[in-house]
Amino acid sequence: MSSVAPFLIFYIGAALAGVTRGTLRQVILLSIPIVGAVNLYYLPTGAYNTFELFDYTLTLTRVDKLSVVFGWVFHLAALIGLLYALHVRDTTQHVAGILYAGSSIGALFSGDLISLFLFWEMTAITSVFLILARRTERAQKTAIRYLVIQVMSGVILLAGALIRIHETGSLAFDFIGLNSPGGWLIFLAFGIKCAFPFLHNWLTDAYPEATPTGAIFLSAFTTKLAVYTLARGYAGTEILVYIGATMTMFPIFYAVIENDLRRVLSYSLINQVGFMVTGIGIGTELALNGAAAHAFAHIIYKALLFMSMGAVLFRTGKINGSELGGLYKSMPLTATFCIIGAASISAFPLFSGFISKSMILSAAIHEGHSWVWLVLLFASAGVFHHSGIKIPFFAFFAHDSGIRTQEAPPNMLLAMFLAAFVCVFLGIYPEPLYALLPFPVDYVPYTAAHILTQSQLLFFSALAFTFLKLTGLYPPELPGVNIDAEWSYRWFLPRAIRKLIGLFGPMDQGLRGAFLNTLNLGIAKVYRYLGPKGVMARTIQAGSMVYWAVSLLVVYLVLNLI
Amino acid sequence: MTEKKKKSVKKKPRKTSVKAKKNAPATPLERAHIFDNPKNVKRLIYALVAVCIVTFGLDFFVKRYVDHPWEEFFGFYAIYGFVMCMFLVLAAKEMRKILMRKEDYYDE
Repeated sequence: MSSVAPFLIFYIGAALAGVTRGTLRQVILLSIPIVGAVNLYYLPTGAYNTFELFDYTLTLTRVDKLSVVFGWVFHLAALIGLLYALHVRDTTQHVAGILYAGSSIGALFSGDLISLFLFWEMTAITSVFLILARRTERAQKTAIRYLVIQVMSGVILLAGALIRIHETGSLAFDFIGLNSPGGWLIFLAFGIKCAFPFLHNWLTDAYPEATPTGAIFLSAFTTKLAVYTLARGYAGTEILVYIGATMTMFPIFYAVIENDLRRVLSYSLINQVGFMVTGIGIGTELALNGAAAHAFAHIIYKALLFMSMGAVLFRTGKINGSELGGLYKSMPLTATFCIIGAASISAFPLFSGFISKSMILSAAIHEGHSWVWLVLLFASAGVFHHSGIKIPFFAFFAHDSGIRTQEAPPNMLLAMFLAAFVCVFLGIYPEPLYALLPFPVDYVPYTAAHILTQSQLLFFSALAFTFLKLTGLYPPELPGVNIDAEWSYRWFLPRAIRKLIGLFGPMDQGLRGAFLNTLNLGIAKVYRYLGPKGVMARTIQAGSMVYWAVSLLVVYLVLNLI
Repeated sequence: MTEKKKKSVKKKPRKTSVKAKKNAPATPLERAHIFDNPKNVKRLIYALVAVCIVTFGLDFFVKRYVDHPWEEFFGFYAIYGFVMCMFLVLAAKEMRKILMRKEDYYDE
C-alpha cells in the first residue's frame, strides 16, 4: 500500500526534469507518469494525507471510484503527451507540461474545496506557459487572455467555496447543488473551465495558439477536470442537460466553417464535453457511467487528433485547411493515426467512441429527454462531419497542396500509435474500462441494432458530405476569422471603452481645466502677497521697529493723560 | 460481423475528393499515389454508395430494438443522418455570410 499524494510525484519529477538535460531528462520525463500510475494502483480507497492550515483540515488525497477513473486517464494522457514532446528541447515546455498534469491530478484527488482551489489555480498558471512557449506576439496576447479568464474562474471558485464553508461549516467537496449562492458561484467557476456556452471562447482562442506539443496537454486536462468536478458536485442537476445539449450543437456549425484545423478540433472538443455535461445532468447511474467512460475515451482520441495535427504543423509550419492537402503522400502513418482518431470520435463500431457515447444517448432516451436525444444524435452526425471527415480530408487528402515533407519524428509516431492502440483496444474490448466506472455496468454496446443504427447514421452522413462535395455545394476552406462570443471582449469592449473616452474625454478635460484654472488663480493671489516680492515678505529694519514702539508708547501716554 | 467488415471497406470514401483526380504528382519522378488515379476515387465513392444501400436495406431484415417511438420510422437513422448533415453544412455556409471577418479582424 502506498499513500504518496499523486501530484507529488509530478511536482518532484518536474524539479528533476528542470535540472537535467538530454537522455537523462527524457528518461525522467517518461518515468514520471509510469511511477505515478504504479503509485495510483497501490493507493487505498479513502481520504488521507490531511494537514492543518489555520483552523482548517485539508485533504490532499481522496480516492474513490469517480476520482480513480479520471486518475488513470490523466496518467495515460500525461504519458502520451510527454512521449510526444520528448524531442522538444525546451525546458519551459517540459516542466510546464509536467506541473500542469500534476496540478490537474492534484485537483482531481482533492478532498476539500480549499485544496481544490489551490490546484485549480495551479493548472491555470502552469498551463499558460504551454501557450507562451510558442514565443510569438500573437501567442503572448492569447496567453494573457487565457490566464485572466482561468484565474478569474479560480477567484470565483474561492468566493463560492468561502460562502459555502460559512454556510455549512464544512470544507468537504461532495455534492454541492444549486440551492445556495455559494453553490451557484462554484457552478459558474466550474462552468468557465468546462467551456459552457458564452464562456467557451478561451478554449478556441488558446488551444490553437499553443505549441504543437503543448496543445496535447491542454486538450486533455482542464475541461475534463471540470467535467469531473461537475460530476461530483452537480450530478443530476437538470440545467446541465440543456447546457450540455447546447454545447454539443452550436460548435459543430463553427467547426464546419473554421479554417484553422486545430481550432476545428477545439470546437469539436466543446461538442464532446457537451455529451459528458448532458450525461452528468441526467444523473442516472448509466448516464454518469457514460460521462466518465466518454471522458476517458475522449481524452485519448482527442489527444490523438491533436497529435496528428501537431505533427502536420511541426513538419509543414501550416495548419489552415486552405493551405494543406495531399499530405497522405508524405505522412502516411500520421494520416492513418488521424483516421483512427477520427473514427473513434465519430463513434464507429470497433472504435472507442462507440462504446462510451451511446451510454449517454441511451440514458437520455430512458429518462424521457426525447428532444435532447435528437439533438445529441444530430451532434453525433455533426461531429463525424467535421472531425471525422473534415480534419483528415482537408489535411491529408482533398486537393494536393504540393507540400512534400517527411513523416513525423519517431517519438511522435510512437505516441500516436499508443493513443491509436488505446482507441481500438477500448473499441473492441471495453470491459476493463467498464470495470473502472463509478457504478456497476450492465450496458452492452455491441447489439445488432446499435451497430446497424450507428452505421446508418454515419454512412449517410458521409454520403451527404460526398454529395455536397461532388455538387460543389460544400463551402470551400477560406482564411478568415468567425466571430463568436469572444467578440464581446475582443472587439466590442475595447471599442466601447475608446468610444466612452472619446465622449467623456472633452467633458472631463474641460472640468479639469476649469478646476486647474481656479487653483492657479488662487495660487497667483497667494503669491502676490506672500511671494518673494509680496507685501508680507518685505524685510523691515530694526530701527523702524523702535520708531513704531516709541510711537505706540506716545499714543498710550497721550491717552493716559486725557 | 458483416457490419464490421463494411467499416473497414468504407473507411476512405469520405476522405477522397473529386478534385484528387486532377492532381498529377508534384514532380515527374514521384511515384503515383493511390488517389492520383481518378479510378480509385470513383471506386471509393461507389463503395460508399453500395455500403449505404446495404445498411439502408438491412432495415428490412434486422429488427431494430426500438427504444423510442420515432425510431420505428423506416430508415430513421439513415434519413436523419443525411438530412441533418445537409442542413448542418448549408446552414453553416449561410452563417459564414454573417460571421466571417478578415483574418486580422481582432488585431486592428
